[in-house]
Amino acid sequence: MSEPLLKVRDLKIGATVYPPGEKPHDIEIVHGVSFDLMPGKVLGLIGESGAGKSTIGLSSMAYGRGGVKITGGEVWVNGRDILKSKLGDIRKLRGGEVTYVSQSAAASFNPAKTIMEQVIEASVEQGKFSRRNAEARARALFAKLGLPDPDNIGSRYPHQVSGGQLQRCMTALALCPEPDLVVFDEPTTALDVTTQIDVLMAIKEAIRDTGVAALYITHDLAVVAQVSDDIMVLRNGDMVEYGSVDQIINRPQEEYTQALVSVRSIEHEEKSPTAEPVLSVRNITARYKGTKFDVLHNVNVDLYPGQTLAVVGESGSGKSTLARVITGLLPPREGEISFAGRTLTPDFKHRTREDLRELQMIYQMADVAMNPRQTVGTIIGRPLEFYFGLRGAEKKKRIIELLDEIELGEKFIDRYPAELSGGQKQRVCIARALAAKPKMIICDEVTSALDPLVADGILKLLLNLQKIENVAYLFITHDLATVRAISDNIAVMYKGKVQRYGGKTQVLSPPFDDYTDLLLSSVPEMRLGWLEEVIANRKMESAGN
Amino acid sequence: MKNIPVSALIGLFFTALYFLAAIFAPLLAPYGMAEVVGDVWEPSSAEFLLGTDNIGRDLLTRMIYGGRTTIFIATMATVISFTTGSILGIFAAVSGGWIDQCLSRFVDLIMSIPTLIFALVVLSVTPVTVPMLILVMGLLDSTRVYRLARAVAVDIEVMDFVEAARLRGERTAWIIFREILPNALSPLVAEMGLRFIFMVLFVSTLSFLGLGVQPPEADWGGIVKENKDGIVYGIPAALIPAFAIATLAISVNLVADWVLNRTTSLKGGRG
Repeated sequence: MSEPLLKVRDLKIGATVYPPGEKPHDIEIVHGVSFDLMPGKVLGLIGESGAGKSTIGLSSMAYGRGGVKITGGEVWVNGRDILKSKLGDIRKLRGGEVTYVSQSAAASFNPAKTIMEQVIEASVEQGKFSRRNAEARARALFAKLGLPDPDNIGSRYPHQVSGGQLQRCMTALALCPEPDLVVFDEPTTALDVTTQIDVLMAIKEAIRDTGVAALYITHDLAVVAQVSDDIMVLRNGDMVEYGSVDQIINRPQEEYTQALVSVRSIEHEEKSPTAEPVLSVRNITARYKGTKFDVLHNVNVDLYPGQTLAVVGESGSGKSTLARVITGLLPPREGEISFAGRTLTPDFKHRTREDLRELQMIYQMADVAMNPRQTVGTIIGRPLEFYFGLRGAEKKKRIIELLDEIELGEKFIDRYPAELSGGQKQRVCIARALAAKPKMIICDEVTSALDPLVADGILKLLLNLQKIENVAYLFITHDLATVRAISDNIAVMYKGKVQRYGGKTQVLSPPFDDYTDLLLSSVPEMRLGWLEEVIANRKMESAGN
Repeated sequence: MKNIPVSALIGLFFTALYFLAAIFAPLLAPYGMAEVVGDVWEPSSAEFLLGTDNIGRDLLTRMIYGGRTTIFIATMATVISFTTGSILGIFAAVSGGWIDQCLSRFVDLIMSIPTLIFALVVLSVTPVTVPMLILVMGLLDSTRVYRLARAVAVDIEVMDFVEAARLRGERTAWIIFREILPNALSPLVAEMGLRFIFMVLFVSTLSFLGLGVQPPEADWGGIVKENKDGIVYGIPAALIPAFAIATLAISVNLVADWVLNRTTSLKGGRG
């Protein structure tokens, strides 16, 4: 048996933390992780945020990001302990033997240089290829990665190609110097589902054809199952389970891995329309100020009391614009919205306090949706004070009730948002919306910034609250698994139009139109060979190409 | 309090020294403010620690009373410039549209005229009294605070929590004072130290040019003016107030730096 390409032994990584109100101190974020990676193999590192997966990935380049220090253990690459290497040797390693593909290609490319310059930079700098050879190699990689016009795409600037294409350029950048190991750090997380599978396929083929070894870091088990040979499950800096893809997916041993595999197991029976709709959107056409382009065309949807309407689509489909029109932030050009039997004034500034109270909103990024200088008590208490005039003990009693409803409890009342985890922040936002006793809540991608298990908890909470408070949700998301879990009705949006609309079972059963089919088939499934199957069977190119 | 860096301690010590001297001036000063007690430009002695000035007044006494006037005017002007500048700046950012345009263009207009010249013109047609001086300095300087406050507020204004407050139906005053101001405070506080120093320099310059504090009232700029002719004869009386201005400027800035570092790492602080 040959020697492993990457050998990590008892790796310990530390960082300095600055908790609010306390003295900075050092903590250990990775507690002695060991693994081997054979040449040409792909190891998936999977875990929630804070699991240490990116940190471990970067340690294979002897690098610690932003104040992170490698405090112990050994990292062997090609038979050398790189943690003991001199800086000059490490410089040869980075960008030569080991390369890196980051999550956001858009933020990682230099906007002032052409793609080609950046793709060949490391190869030329390391003296691996002459400029000419490197360019030829880059063009071959562009072609292999399925980029359009591979001979000329390199002369474009990063903003002139789409997100999915740029992510593939980044893969070309990593593969160009003929490295032995590539670290992929969530390369498809920021992409739409339909684009994700193309990029995933391109990466998979490129890895196979070049015979390079890879560390593939992601939080999505279904994605990693498509490209890896082995999977390591991490949690809070410890290894939970290590095994072949087949074993992890089909026979997970540890409880935590089982939870990850069976995530989104929420069962939700579709309810049929009752009574009058609480919200009716009629013939809405809207455009942003100063543009000559309609973002929404003739949209019609209904939402029934105590039910959930899921609005699904890719980025740019107009789903968030629909939310802005309903809340009154963007008055529509045509059409009308009726809410609880009244016609809503287009601009929120002219709406009555009653209308504002009964229509609440929960945002995607919980940390910017709360004022960092207000305590949880103030954040939840303000709507109580503002809409119902509650003061003092009465207000406090209601705040505690709400905190109990969102399963946090009284001890959170004096905390600041910075002292909460992502899931807890989103819960506080839910409580703030509920405090107004609304008839309807718009949930704009409320779970997409959260880890799968945390997101699951939020969805369960939302469903429970719906039963108790009989509130209706307009649920905006790009994630079809979420839609299956919670919706009663579904509207599929594509380029500003409602492509398909109806009850959940009806929308999710064939016959499909081409776009719904593409969207449905693009959701990663947790089984081997899914990726190849989808690519072979689909009828429509994704928009990101 | 153990974690105060040495530079901030030095700054705090000198700032406190100057402010205390200003507050307790009548108790500390050995002689009366405009009292002629000796010969012209006497050197320092046990009787006159810093010597005497161009008409024989005790220079230490003049310095203490002068500090009182200078620091008082600078402080009041800073307060005025801060309240008007930051409230109008945040108001412009929150309102947007034509209100923002009008205010910003008006501020541009004022800023396009050199502040000193503007102040000289205004002060030469109005009676030069201390309240007038404070008002003119404060309003002229508020244009700079306005710029900063507006820039900071525009950043905060697009955040979801401000949108949430708007959709709740909150009034503009709530949005300015409860949502935006607390988050804009740390850059503004740091700027305040700097503005205070500019005020000290500004009032000193005006007095030096004769349009600031009027004699026999003492102030640091005025003392430089009164004693400047002595420099030719090697008499350092004019350098003492200059030295005081410089040390005050440096020490206030040291404190401002420290405040900025502290407030940004406060609970939920930005930055």
